[in-house]
Amino acid sequence: MKRKLVLVGNGMAGVWCVEHILKLAPQQFDITIFGAEPHPNYNRILLSSVLAGDSSMKDIVLNDWDWYRDNNIAFHAGQAVTKLDTANKQVVSDKGITVAYDELILATGSLPFMLPIPGADKEGVIAFRDIKDCETMMETAKQYKKAVVIGGGLLGLEAARGLLNLNMEVSVVHINNYLMERQLDETASRMLQVELERQGMKFLLEKQTEQIVGKKRVTGVKFKDGSLAEADLVVMAVGIRPNVALAKESGIELNRGIVVNDYLQTNVPNVYAVGECAEHRGVAYGLVAPLYEQGDVLAKKLCGLECEGYQGSVTSTKLKVSGVDVFSGGQYNDEPGTRAIKIQDEFEGIYKKVLVREGKVVGAVMFGDTSDSSRIFKLIRTGEDISGREKEIVLGEGFGGKSGSGGAGVESMSDDEIVCGCNGVTKGAIVKAIQEKGLTSVEEIKACTNASRSCGGCKPLVAGVLNCTLGEDAVTAAKEGVCGCTTLDRDEVVAAIRSMHLTTSKEVMHVLEWNNPEGCSKCRPALNYYLGMAWPVEHAEERESRFVNERNHANIQKDGTYSVIPRIYGGVTSPQELKKIAEVAEKYDVPMVKFTGGQRIDLLGVKKEDLPRMWEDLDMPSGYGYGKALRTVKTCVGSTFCRFGTQDSISMGIELEKRFERLNTPAKVKMAVSGCPRNCAEATIKDFGVVAIDGGWELYIGGNGGVRVRASDLMWKVKTEEEVFEYSAAFMQYYRESAKWNERTSEWVQRVGLDIIREALDTEEKRKALVARIDEALNLMKDPWKEIIETPELRSMFEALPEKEAAAAAE
Amino acid sequence: MERIMVARASEIPALRSRTVTVGGMEIAIFKLSSGELRAIENRCPHKNGKLSEGIVCDHHVFCPLHDWKINMKDGLVQAPDEGCVTTFSVEVDEEGKVYLLWEKGSLSA
Ligand SMILES: Cc1cc2nc3c(=O)[nH]c(=O)nc-3n(C[C@H](O)[C@H](O)[C@H](O)COP(=O)(O)OP(=O)(O)OC[C@H]3O[C@@H](n4cnc5c(N)ncnc54)[C@H](O)[C@@H]3O)c2cc1C
Ligand code: SF4
Ligand code: FES
Repeated sequence: MKRKLVLVGNGMAGVWCVEHILKLAPQQFDITIFGAEPHPNYNRILLSSVLAGDSSMKDIVLNDWDWYRDNNIAFHAGQAVTKLDTANKQVVSDKGITVAYDELILATGSLPFMLPIPGADKEGVIAFRDIKDCETMMETAKQYKKAVVIGGGLLGLEAARGLLNLNMEVSVVHINNYLMERQLDETASRMLQVELERQGMKFLLEKQTEQIVGKKRVTGVKFKDGSLAEADLVVMAVGIRPNVALAKESGIELNRGIVVNDYLQTNVPNVYAVGECAEHRGVAYGLVAPLYEQGDVLAKKLCGLECEGYQGSVTSTKLKVSGVDVFSGGQYNDEPGTRAIKIQDEFEGIYKKVLVREGKVVGAVMFGDTSDSSRIFKLIRTGEDISGREKEIVLGEGFGGKSGSGGAGVESMSDDEIVCGCNGVTKGAIVKAIQEKGLTSVEEIKACTNASRSCGGCKPLVAGVLNCTLGEDAVTAAKEGVCGCTTLDRDEVVAAIRSMHLTTSKEVMHVLEWNNPEGCSKCRPALNYYLGMAWPVEHAEERESRFVNERNHANIQKDGTYSVIPRIYGGVTSPQELKKIAEVAEKYDVPMVKFTGGQRIDLLGVKKEDLPRMWEDLDMPSGYGYGKALRTVKTCVGSTFCRFGTQDSISMGIELEKRFERLNTPAKVKMAVSGCPRNCAEATIKDFGVVAIDGGWELYIGGNGGVRVRASDLMWKVKTEEEVFEYSAAFMQYYRESAKWNERTSEWVQRVGLDIIREALDTEEKRKALVARIDEALNLMKDPWKEIIETPELRSMFEALPEKEAAAAAE
Repeated sequence: MERIMVARASEIPALRSRTVTVGGMEIAIFKLSSGELRAIENRCPHKNGKLSEGIVCDHHVFCPLHDWKINMKDGLVQAPDEGCVTTFSVEVDEEGKVYLLWEKGSLSA
């Protein structure tokens, strides 16, 4: 006979526990779940992001209706259990259903605390706890304008942010003199306040709410000091109270919450409690991480497995407000006996404080950059003794600086470090799942390990772990210009090419003992590039190693036709040129003529055999819209016409394009020149960007507007045009000489480091040497279209052989 | 079986290919580094990429569109991808004329 298991409360803690029971002992129980809300189990945490418009209600469902059916769970949605009869071991719902149990789990969560003040029952006064509250706010925002959130804690601020996104004017009332005082010290809190004010939130600090005013519906909030704030909506987020109503009259021991021991047992046999309604060793938690740990223990207990028992949790919090990174864990205020390591960077808006007591990290607060949080939180949880090494361990690598992407630093994480704080998933567990199950996306990892399934804040970290795990295997191998044909990496191959003076791919593959004698589609183009870069004069271009686009000097489309983009320097053309392009397009029946993102004209859908004739008729140089080469130099109108322009950005752009066109580079290179800091040419998302300022030029590198958007770094400020040319040429050559094939500058600058690049160009002597080498390569370049038109052997490759009849025709 | 003259060996550079339409089917004739010729239908089983534009490595060609690797001897797509392209036998005479051996049966292969 199966035992009858009844769960009261279809929330995050209870269902988590049931999920575990199903995994551990799927056949042991007949399961019944009562949920007062009319929804399947959903992720309460993400209500904040639903409110902020980042997720939909559908996205936050954790287990849909099918899950209950598939697992044979009797699910009574929209029914609250109102009576608990522990003597006869049964529960009764508000709709009159009675269910007997052998084991009963209470997971009724908590209730939002509503201030007991006059008017608190008026229409428009709500809490922020469930889907219904969320929907009320979204509805209200359609009709009303002014919202007051009472409570400047985590929940209040997330509600406020969501309401701002719904276009309401939002004031946050807080009784304390600074926000989130339960998680942050004053310094971090002030920084947070400044940022939120910048986002449009208003704050009424040190205000005690006395009364909600209005007739039927709220119209305002009145404070003890006599002042009044207008409001069409009041959201109370002042705290929660464990929901113990059901346990009250059944002889179950209560304190603040339902009192449980280390195995989540109440004092009544066969009755357990987990989640926010439970109180363990005097603590009733209000976050999910402890609830999951409790659920795990209870699941084991119920399935009869040995386990250690729940020991309590150290919690940490993050604020889920976009554009704000806040972390708080453990103890956060200095007190006698603690010493702190603090970093405060007012330029970057970063503050970090780590508290140490008797050689152990006891807490931390971070604002602006929380990339170290999981490393530090691990120290807090493990209580590792770091006496004498405090600074080196706490400061670690890169603690001071902003590490940009959340993925940074995953390499240095140890396997037992927690990646997903909500669900307690370690890096090791994720890596293992990726390797054993062949996972390739964050979504798959989520499904398989639960990492990032709750608040989602760790997604960038999970993605980082994924990248660095797969990268070690085959996936990025292609990107690095090294492939299955060799174990050598880019630097080793280039070093061999230089030191042994290898000048053909064949030699390289032979001397370095490639395991495929003729290489593959990844190493062949890479070697051709490296050889050309190292020995521009001696290396003979290997067309057969070029990818189709660079061999046919046009961009292949999915149907096998090509696109043709003639060079239009700096995006400046003329009526004659436009007419010519138009005529050519007509003559060859070009199916589509389109402006590119780089200020040029693209003729799409051209047949291969028409290419040479078209080039001939166009009589314009190739725009290299297909190559690993300089693509386009985008310009704004600059001082020629614009009233803001400080320099002639057009001439500068044209000159740069003329200097660097045709150059082979590791990956495509895009440039732009803006005539003033308004930056209409978007120079700061280009590989090389030039922005004119009064009396000079700013030079930016490493930007990208594609897959991984990256704003470029300001590297140099120069005065003269000559200097712009010198720095740009030296930069391009240094990139050519040190990047991996197929590595964009945005990836390269991050791998190599800005300091190294700055150093490589820091004296005139170094720059001149680089410029001399790039000139050597540039001098050899010819226009490829012209070359093909004029060379019969090359040209004939564009023609098909004469068609043949066959007696047995193809079907 | 028909023996159809399609090209001169000198018209095809090493590690490159030329295309010819025979009886309505587009065929790519490749020259390997050894000088040997291979003929296959010029259509990738994945999404019809023109194999003639691929990079040739020994007797394999990599499709230019999504990098499938195809063995030109038996027409088989290499793992992890799957599929097959039609292959044809070719002969070269002393004068360097290239003949395609066109068989009804070979089309259903
Ligand atoms: C907007 C918001 C944002 C949050 N953000 C975070 C965060 O970023 N990180 C974090 O760790 N935590 C966060 N939390 C807290 C987290 O959601 C809770 O800790 C967690 O949901 C508690 O789980 P629970 O199962 O104990 O309670 P709940 O998820 O509240 O589940 C209890 C369920 O029981 C039902 N119930 C109650 N009584 C009965 C009854 N008698 N019969 C039947 N059903 C009943 C209730 O309707 C409810 O559905 C957030 C909470 C909110 C509201
Ligand atoms: S970047 Fe400056 S100079 Fe150029 S168009 Fe914009 S405002 Fe004018
Ligand atoms: S069409 Fe050939 S690999 Fe996709």
